[in-house]
Amino acid sequence: MQRTTTGGLSKSAPKRKLGKSILTSWQLYVMVLPALVYIIMFHYKPMYGIIIAFKDFSMRKGITGSPWIGFENFTRLFSSYWFPIIIKNTLTLSLLNLIVGFPIPIILALLLNEVGNGRFRKTFQTISYAPHFISIVVLCGMLVIFTNPTHGIINILLGKIGVESINFLGIAADFKWVYVLSGVWQEMGWGSIIYFAALSSVDKSLIEAADIDGANRLQKIWYINLPVLVPTIMVLLVLQFGSLLSVGYEKVYLLQNSTNLSASEVISTYVYKVGLQQADFSFSAAVDVFNSVINTTILLLANGISRKLTHTSLF
Amino acid sequence: MTNNPAVHKKEKLGARMTTGDKVFMVVVYALLSILMIVMLYPMVFVISASFSDPNLVATGQMLLWPVGVRTDGYEYILQYSEIWSGYLNTIVYTLLGTILNLAVTLPCAFALSRKDMKGRGFLMGIFMVTMYVNGGMIAGYLNVRSLGLLDTRGFIIINGAISVYNLIVARTFFSTTIPWELQEAARIDGCNDFQIFLKIVLPLSSAITVVLALYYGVGRWNSYFTEMIYLKDRTKFPLQLFLREILVQSSFAQQAMNSGQSFSAEQMMAFIKQAETANMIKYCVIVVSTAPMLIIYPFLQKYFEKGVMIGAVKG
Repeated sequence: MQRTTTGGLSKSAPKRKLGKSILTSWQLYVMVLPALVYIIMFHYKPMYGIIIAFKDFSMRKGITGSPWIGFENFTRLFSSYWFPIIIKNTLTLSLLNLIVGFPIPIILALLLNEVGNGRFRKTFQTISYAPHFISIVVLCGMLVIFTNPTHGIINILLGKIGVESINFLGIAADFKWVYVLSGVWQEMGWGSIIYFAALSSVDKSLIEAADIDGANRLQKIWYINLPVLVPTIMVLLVLQFGSLLSVGYEKVYLLQNSTNLSASEVISTYVYKVGLQQADFSFSAAVDVFNSVINTTILLLANGISRKLTHTSLF
Repeated sequence: MTNNPAVHKKEKLGARMTTGDKVFMVVVYALLSILMIVMLYPMVFVISASFSDPNLVATGQMLLWPVGVRTDGYEYILQYSEIWSGYLNTIVYTLLGTILNLAVTLPCAFALSRKDMKGRGFLMGIFMVTMYVNGGMIAGYLNVRSLGLLDTRGFIIINGAISVYNLIVARTFFSTTIPWELQEAARIDGCNDFQIFLKIVLPLSSAITVVLALYYGVGRWNSYFTEMIYLKDRTKFPLQLFLREILVQSSFAQQAMNSGQSFSAEQMMAFIKQAETANMIKYCVIVVSTAPMLIIYPFLQKYFEKGVMIGAVKG
């Protein structure tokens, strides 16, 4: 006990004790070290690299040797043909994904909470988690196969009810629905776990009181269960807003083809193509910077609004 | 787990359920049953199709159960050496990568969960910033390039050595479930911090170890974008990159050909060859690549449900 410097003690302890405390608990710092080294090497160090957005970068001259060109890359970005398209597509996909995809796990958890602890619920949960474990490549492969205009099962089933075959991935206007609805299919069960867990903290005496007062099921869900979920909802919502411009580009990239590109090119896939496939590093780094700045701004805004409205926030 | 005592009592009383409630419950069960079918059908379809005659599948004569049962798709895969080299690579990356993840994350989370560690708030801040701010794809690529790690297996394993989200989950677990008194007692008995972690805390943490291994493992098994960017040598490709060629690229190439885009004769031949193979094995490769995950997860279900719950407690 004497050798320890507990948190309680440290509050009143003079500053010079910090050095001593690090000495006595050096092993704790050693345990943090590998993670810290990784984070510095692969997260903080690249942040320095983004200065190439303001330079005319060439591999030969390196990051420090390349000449400064100010905001030239940004003016080129803002006046480029693709800029309004990638902004519109990115926002369309994220907002639609948010509006459709966000409430469904909440509703699912509330409904699942009503069906009791039996085998039906267990079975439902096990099945509903399964799509989460399917890789993006396989999911997109399944989408490509299923939506094939002549051989795809979706069009075959549509044909049986007399609907003409639709080339979902070949029509730009349909792309967003393929993207969002497949996401709902894959993640709704998994996404409901967190809400379902939060529902276990519902005060049972409230439910009993509501029973006595003659409340029906919908009223109990609306007035008792849903309010319990509000803090969880807000935290997840703020997080979603923080990544509004980082749509699931890994999935978007796989679903892209020449006919749907006008609706499927998003910021990150554009960065990948211009930067890594065409080796225009400075320009695409400028796109990255733009992306980060907007994301961070939206995150801070959403966090602030959430703190004001519901007293829940990330930080 | 939830408000079930009340629900059960009510269901037994039966008479106290109003007509509205009964209608509501019928709707809930119907809705959830439909959802279950929607989630299950694509997976059953793929499995059935993998054992069916591809021509019957393509013409819509197979809707649920295998038709014209045959296994030559699987037999072809057995001889498709790239799939197996990809499989082996995926296993190596997943196994070594996940071990590295645990070795980096668990000690770090333990140290940061210790109330007596000076500066842990600051360190946590350093980690958490990287959740929201990053240098983007281009700066990351240039960083890896400057370290000489392009096209190396080592980088694929090192990459993502720590996920800050998982770090928070593990830290929350340590600080809420491992009694502080236990660590104090061990220290009085002469244990140093390494010994406390290895001999006292880790044996009590099998739940969080399984949860993290599952989170990290699934992510690594299914990852393709990093590998696509950083690997050039096909002998180092993981399974997902070959799946992408078989499932996504060949189908789009096929559609491009059907739509009358012009290609050189050699390209045409390559496409036709690729497409023929793909048609034969596409469902089989989905089954072969996804089966391990879908077989394992039901056994670990209670762990990852717990994991999401720990994560829900705000870090």
